[in-house]
Amino acid sequence: MAQKNLEGYVGFASLPNQVYRKSVKRGFEFTLMVVGESGLGKSTLINSLFLTDLYSGEYPGPSNRIKKTVQVEQSKVLMKEGGVQLLLSIVDTPGFGDAVDNSNCWQPVIDHIDSKFEDYLNAESRVNRRQMPDSRVHCCLYFIAPSGHGLKPLDIEFMKRLHEKVNIIPLIAKADTLTPEECQQFKKQIMREILEHKIKIYEFPETDDEEENKIVKTIKDRLPLAVVGSNTIIEANGKKVRGRQYPWGVAEVENGDHCDFTLLRNMLIRTHMQDLKDVTNNVHYENYRSRKLAAVTCNGIDNNKAKGQLTKSPLAQMEEERREHVTKMKKMEMEMEQVFEMKVKEKVQKLKDSEGELQRRHEQMKKNLEAQHKELEERRRQFEEERSTWETQQRILEQQKMTLEKNKKKGKIF
Amino acid sequence: MQERTMAATEIARQAGEGARAVPLSGHVGFDSMPDQLVNKSVNHGFCFNILCVGETGLGKSTLMDTLFNTKFEGEPTQHNQPGVQLKSNTYELQESNVRLKLTVVNTVGFGDQINKEDSYKSIVEFIDAQFEAYLQEELKIKRTLHSYHDTRIHACLYFIAPTGHSLKSLDLVTMKKLDSKVNIIPIIAKSDAISKSELAKFKIKITSELVSNGVQIYQFPTDDETVAEINSTMNGHLPFAVVGSTEEVKIGNKMVRARQYPWGTVQVENENHCDFVKLREMLIRVNMEDLREQTHTRHYELYRRCKLEEMGFKDTDPDSKPFSLQETYEAKRNEFMGELQKKEEEMRQMFVQRVKEKEAELKEAEKELHEKFDRLKKLHQDEKKKLEDKKKSLDDELNGFKQKKTAAELLQSQNQQPGGSATLKKDKERKNSGFL
Repeated sequence: MAQKNLEGYVGFASLPNQVYRKSVKRGFEFTLMVVGESGLGKSTLINSLFLTDLYSGEYPGPSNRIKKTVQVEQSKVLMKEGGVQLLLSIVDTPGFGDAVDNSNCWQPVIDHIDSKFEDYLNAESRVNRRQMPDSRVHCCLYFIAPSGHGLKPLDIEFMKRLHEKVNIIPLIAKADTLTPEECQQFKKQIMREILEHKIKIYEFPETDDEEENKIVKTIKDRLPLAVVGSNTIIEANGKKVRGRQYPWGVAEVENGDHCDFTLLRNMLIRTHMQDLKDVTNNVHYENYRSRKLAAVTCNGIDNNKAKGQLTKSPLAQMEEERREHVTKMKKMEMEMEQVFEMKVKEKVQKLKDSEGELQRRHEQMKKNLEAQHKELEERRRQFEEERSTWETQQRILEQQKMTLEKNKKKGKIF
Repeated sequence: MQERTMAATEIARQAGEGARAVPLSGHVGFDSMPDQLVNKSVNHGFCFNILCVGETGLGKSTLMDTLFNTKFEGEPTQHNQPGVQLKSNTYELQESNVRLKLTVVNTVGFGDQINKEDSYKSIVEFIDAQFEAYLQEELKIKRTLHSYHDTRIHACLYFIAPTGHSLKSLDLVTMKKLDSKVNIIPIIAKSDAISKSELAKFKIKITSELVSNGVQIYQFPTDDETVAEINSTMNGHLPFAVVGSTEEVKIGNKMVRARQYPWGTVQVENENHCDFVKLREMLIRVNMEDLREQTHTRHYELYRRCKLEEMGFKDTDPDSKPFSLQETYEAKRNEFMGELQKKEEEMRQMFVQRVKEKEAELKEAEKELHEKFDRLKKLHQDEKKKLEDKKKSLDDELNGFKQKKTAAELLQSQNQQPGGSATLKKDKERKNSGFL
């Protein structure tokens, strides 16, 4: 790849504008999950974050919907600001942590997140893909009760089970019940425990920008963010602010000295919303997907081979298996052929031997017979010779006799 | 960031589907989302891939150099190429804070052969190969789409020779093969060879030929109000008549890119002289992102759909219930395994058959052998019998002779008694013979 210098304005520097234009036209969507026990101010915080009555009398928040078991419910709202449309889905979990026995109360949450991943995976894997709605959970705000001591076992358990499925942002709820010092201690303790349990909360990405990195560092130092929410506007110091009115003063939601709400809002909405979506897509979803596909395709393959399969698509893997099978078949064929040839050779040899044997025997018998023939011939010859000799003799004798007879008759008697 | 395109929804449509619109009582701040997205894109860098299709000598390389204000690699090609090859080069360009990875793919030897029937094939194969590479990455179990270097062709500049008459049949055939695979932007090359009036007629002829042959060229999008007007005007100027030049000529007191002729100077960036500026505006400054998007959501999806269907994937099972990915893979896998097993079984059966046949053959041969030897044995038996008979007859003769002899001898001895002389004579003869 070569680096080229341009000798004049080309114009692709307008690409960001093109991207901007298209994204505004498309609109944005974001799914935010809120998890925490009842009464921690979740609904109020959401309303404060988005400056709207998402949860109201008409649409009550999770703590007002008393459930016997943990439910997972979703509400969708459409907001518009500065020409930009945002489809916001809030997933809440009424009943979470409210029972006496809270074992497995995280399971419905896990199931919900997984089912959204599953939907996306199926939509992505279809042959005919349309525009796919992205209802995956992009961020989970986890509300920690302001006990001032540390994380509860439920908190730890939940975060451990979900930190590899969703971006977790832990928040200290109702932070106006803690003094700044108590808050500091609490935060330190929580971060210690998070480290100890190896929980991976959402990490702010490093950028090349100095300014941005400074802000990121500020946020990192103040994790977990301690928040206060309010549905009411109060008059304080001549200003109208969102806050909570106490006899001893007004706790202002958007006052950085009072709580970290502004930091949260800026981070969640104004600067890192896109990154939360990207991390969900590139990390959490990909983890889910690769685990799911590995389970499907590595069924029946032993683990040693399975490791190497992960970098292939399941189809490429099937192709490879097909090729392997072809080689296996060829080998099998060759072996069978060999065995076949060998057996045939054996049998043919046997037949030949048998033929040879029979032939030999036949020859033997023939020779035998010939010998007998010859013997017979010899005997006959001898016999004939003997006979003819005797017959000749007899003939001579006969003649003699006849001559004698003749002489006798003639009177020549002796 | 184009994966995001697949995740987008029509927000307004969603509003009708159970999302209620809520008013905001202050500035929330999500109007920074486009900026957040843009920042990420800029950090990530952009990539764009252009394919230039056209006969040798139509000025493809020069036009690229002119468009991007830089000298790209490459020697001018000769006309003696045996087939069409595609040469691709990737460059890293930067303009203000925007980094662009630009890949320029040139067809080498296009239109030079006597038989041009297969000219389009290597181009189609190349485009498909890029789609295939992306598809393979997308289907991997552990994939890295985020950092994948996208090599899919986003725009195809089709260079039409400035004959002034009509499109060549090679052009029509090629464009027809490419229009469902890539965004085609037809260009009249070296248009300084055509006069203005001829040019207008030429453009009309080309457009009507494209329409009548059903060739779908890329239309600049008119759905976004901000650019709808300029895009629709530009659509009317297609195909763009361009002139490329890397030489600079002094006009007035400026150095401009131009081609100098005895009768005048053709200025590349003068809109009265040619459509170069229009091309640059449309291709780079206004619609580059749309070209990438169309490639991903339309052309790539079509390729993917065809490929998967070819491999037997379906979205619904015979009962029209949608498949889950797991079911699809499992079904495919079972089918595949079944196929393999069947093949194995077939081969085994074939061997069993052969063995049977061979055995029968050998048995037959064995039978014949035994028959042969049985026959021989019988012959032998016959011979033996004959011999026995002969023996017997000889023995009979022998016996007969013996009897005869004995009888004769007896008779002779009887003859000796009464006569005596005969015997005496015989004795005398004997004695005489003895004396001798």
